[in-house]
Amino acid sequence: MSREYDADVAVTAKTTLDAQRLRADFPIFEQTFHGKPLAFLDSAASSQKPRQMLEAMTHFYETSYANVHRGVYQLAERATEALELSREKVRALLNAPSAREVIFVRNATEGINLVAYAWGLSNLGPGDLVVVTELEHHSNFVPWQYIAHRTGAGFRMIPLDDHGQLRLDELDSIAREGNVKVVATGVVSNSLGTMNPVDRLAAWAHEHGAIMVADGAQSAPHMKMDVQALGCDFVAISAHKMCGPSGVGALWGKAELLERMEPFLTGGHMIRSVGVDDSTWGELPHKFEAGTAPMAEAVGFGAAIDYLTEIGFDAIERYEHELAAYALDKLAELPWVTSYGPPADRRAGIVSFNVDGVHPHDVAQVLDFEGIAIRAGHHCCQPLMRKLGVAATNRASFYLYTIPDEIDRLVDGLHKVRKAFG
Amino acid sequence: MGEFEQLYRELILDHYKSPRNHGLLDPADASAEGQNPLCGDEIAVTVRLGADDRIEEVGFDGRGCAISQAATSMLTDLVKGKTAQEVAEMPKDDLLDELGIPLTPVRLKCAILGLGVLKLALHKARGTPLPEEWGTSARDLVLE
Repeated sequence: MSREYDADVAVTAKTTLDAQRLRADFPIFEQTFHGKPLAFLDSAASSQKPRQMLEAMTHFYETSYANVHRGVYQLAERATEALELSREKVRALLNAPSAREVIFVRNATEGINLVAYAWGLSNLGPGDLVVVTELEHHSNFVPWQYIAHRTGAGFRMIPLDDHGQLRLDELDSIAREGNVKVVATGVVSNSLGTMNPVDRLAAWAHEHGAIMVADGAQSAPHMKMDVQALGCDFVAISAHKMCGPSGVGALWGKAELLERMEPFLTGGHMIRSVGVDDSTWGELPHKFEAGTAPMAEAVGFGAAIDYLTEIGFDAIERYEHELAAYALDKLAELPWVTSYGPPADRRAGIVSFNVDGVHPHDVAQVLDFEGIAIRAGHHCCQPLMRKLGVAATNRASFYLYTIPDEIDRLVDGLHKVRKAFG
Repeated sequence: MGEFEQLYRELILDHYKSPRNHGLLDPADASAEGQNPLCGDEIAVTVRLGADDRIEEVGFDGRGCAISQAATSMLTDLVKGKTAQEVAEMPKDDLLDELGIPLTPVRLKCAILGLGVLKLALHKARGTPLPEEWGTSARDLVLE
């Protein structure tokens, strides 16, 4: 571990987390890969899971499991209470005004599709514009492109500058091309780690009478989110990126919009009454939760939120900034490595880079032999990759259990890559 | 680093660093390009056919990982002199045997990208059959 790094950490000792201690909560680190301890630098794809979250899910299955909102028996009530307690935890996490505005979905992608279909199909048409960003993850890009095509609306991208930041000076010319009806952006880019000015985009969206949809999948794990301060109309998040289980996420939306929307998925639980000729829809949030909910997953999501809240989002965010700065400094010492994206103080714990003349697949493969897991590919951001002029990049991403030693191992591994292919 | 040497054996690195039949033919009797959507590997293949639709010359270009580029380089040597029909029917194991390295499912896609593109080129030019496992959606796409 680097001494300079420790010195930096010591300055902010009060709110700094102890990654080495937190690692003990994560059983995955008890294994070795290729005979080496796991350096997991792919948390932006999905995070590892703490024992506390796993135990909460097991406890729910062992003591409180029955279908929710159905039975009158005590066990079903217990399950319902557990699910609704998790909903309240998501509400508090996002500082949403009301828990009835929190809809459990499969993941952020499904949450965005819900808005694209249930709001977009009835509110978009020729002459309207859907505006996304050049940084966008496919999850907040493809649904809007698809719904724009289906409704005849136009589809525009806010371009990036050379630092990987959005060119807000382009907004006026975009607005002259049609009626801006939807503005969709990630809060943090999953490829570059750029933190986007969501509040400013939201203000611009609302000036034009558009809705503001934020993909929070990459920000919710790392920083305090406040949907009211961001000024959004919809925010989607995924549990699996924030120490929770796969298979559950949440969509928050303003009640006044959700109430006016048609349903997305239909079936059991989401109805008020069903007749042969017609059916009517239930109240929020049930109107958007057809079928049996991911109950244990929601309970795990709640436990993950407890876990992160206990550590503190301010501490997590600061720690990740420090890791990103440390990694960028270390990579800058390698003249044969190109890194992409904004300076460390304007990015989350994500570092994208390329090794001159070596394809990311080969980089990731050689690192794997060293027990180091990074992502190689286009990170579900093909428009961004085209902008960068690369087919793919390597991406190392950090979380609360990442230790500087793993970044040192990454750098050592890159020297091995260089030696093998250089 | 035993695992490294198993995967990136000398022959693979040689084909990667000095690819055979590199560069596109112009004019060509058959050509196609393709990419691996997972990692963005890209390969274009061009072919000149002689009597009996036998492959006389083949040239490729592309960018991607060592496995995809080396495998395509080795493929171009392997298919010279074969007829379009023989290449269409060539099982991927013929190429994988030549490669002789352990491949995970993800890397397997890298290794057979060039073979798929070559089969596509011959299909477009001579109507030779495409692999069954491509399914109907890929076939429809190809026929456009």
